[in-house]
Amino acid sequence: MPASLLQLRNLSVRYFPRNGAPTLALDAANLSIVRGEIVGILGESGSGKTTLGQAVVTLLPTAAKYDGQVFFDGRDLMVATERELSKIRGRHISLVPQDPASALNPVMRIGTQIAEVLRAHEALDRKGRIQRIHELLAEVGLDDPERIGSSYPHQLSGGQRQRVVIAMAIACRPQLIIADEPVSKLDLPLQLQVLELMSGIARKHCMALLWITHDPATLLGFADRIGVMQAGQIVEQGPTEQIFRHPQHPYTQALVGLTQEFALSERPLVNAHHAN
Amino acid sequence: MACSLRVQGLSRQYQTRNGWRKSTTVQAACGVSFYIPAGKTLALIGSSGSGKSTVARCVVRLERPDSGEIWLGGVEISRLGARSLRPLRSRIQMIFQDPTTSMNPRMSASAIIEEPLLIQQRGTRNERRERAASLMVEVGLSADWLDRRINEFSGGQQQRIAIARALALSPKVLVLDEALSGLDLSTQVQIIQLLKNLQAAHSLTYLLISHDLGAVAHLTDLLAVMSAGRIVEQGPTKEIIVNPQQPQTQTLVAAAEHFKKAFARAQGASA
Repeated sequence: MPASLLQLRNLSVRYFPRNGAPTLALDAANLSIVRGEIVGILGESGSGKTTLGQAVVTLLPTAAKYDGQVFFDGRDLMVATERELSKIRGRHISLVPQDPASALNPVMRIGTQIAEVLRAHEALDRKGRIQRIHELLAEVGLDDPERIGSSYPHQLSGGQRQRVVIAMAIACRPQLIIADEPVSKLDLPLQLQVLELMSGIARKHCMALLWITHDPATLLGFADRIGVMQAGQIVEQGPTEQIFRHPQHPYTQALVGLTQEFALSERPLVNAHHAN
Repeated sequence: MACSLRVQGLSRQYQTRNGWRKSTTVQAACGVSFYIPAGKTLALIGSSGSGKSTVARCVVRLERPDSGEIWLGGVEISRLGARSLRPLRSRIQMIFQDPTTSMNPRMSASAIIEEPLLIQQRGTRNERRERAASLMVEVGLSADWLDRRINEFSGGQQQRIAIARALALSPKVLVLDEALSGLDLSTQVQIIQLLKNLQAAHSLTYLLISHDLGAVAHLTDLLAVMSAGRIVEQGPTKEIIVNPQQPQTQTLVAAAEHFKKAFARAQGASA
């Protein structure tokens, strides 16, 4: 059995807000990802999926307390020093954020922003950096890397910006990429393109992906395995096809049923109960 | 009485600055025309940058179109000044994509819902409060929550409050600009059902702006596909989905079909 790249062992996260009761955002999560695997984390808002992603990049808010372990390549990130963590983040574990528009610095050119990532983690000279930037932009499907590199974010379309943040995430060839709802705000054709792009890059460089989403359909034909989250717990895990074909947990069954409704079904929507 | 919406030849361009002294003109919408019969729904579909939000903003007169006509029932509103427009503003209201930016998260639900009534000077303080309470219930929330702040509600609940606010002045036409995107699937189902119920109860006319064909197909009778500022195809929803003519439409339908087929494959059925 291949050694896991990432292993969450009984990971719990509690938030202690200044006013209000503490909440259990993540409840004894157990999950492992091997090199090159694409794992989808499927859950609705409040399920704890974002907390899980934040815990893996060890960027939990200060009001959070954790229990359990996050092993990355054999090391427990929860007990590592900030100095050790800053070497891992960006270089071995990187993040594709949800909203590329706010992730990019609006007053810096694209090339400069990618160079920042490279400068932090790689020992390349200026020429080497420029070449790597062009390679990265071409790899994410952006033709005319020279023009893109010297543009500002607002001069690019939404799709182009999303490709740029992906380029930044893969810049240092990380072993694990965490993506939190990276395609939910994009139109469907663009979603498909980004999924294909990420899948190709992951396979080519043997990168593992932790893909966090609320949309089951985007995981079809993309993720190898899925973990379904509800109220802070991973209620079901398994290979993608198995989750869709034979969902065991009632919550998973409900989600799979909903996916059918939205997949251009001819059946009318079921009459849903009122909001809580 | 229900109200139709007709847009004829709508055009709008923007000047963007491209460095010092240089600027380019972007034709965001060009010659857009469509008609929504009273009490019906039309969805404006297209990828980002196609101009759909520009059309929405012109229709509610958040912006003034450069040319073209907008007929709200029997009244043409594209050229009206602020004073003439004010009494008509109650007839058409907009619901935006992101409730955390379309509403002040620190305001209470009642303050948000009552605000349009306050601005249009409708009713006494008590009457406004009562109206806010009945609207909360109508959108499926409890009137007990009126004094909670917006940031204390979930995303789906916030969007319901945005709908309640839009209904405060008893409009006849609602424009929903990507109002469903970013919401969980189960929340989308609930909001879609709410919108259907409200349409039946109040004979509302809907203009839906969306990039998600799957969600919108459940709500809309008519579909218009936009690309690069122009409507490239329009007609009854079923016809367009079953037989898309234009390449842009085919791309959109194919993307939605892709997920449908992937789902069928995963379930073991033949595609």
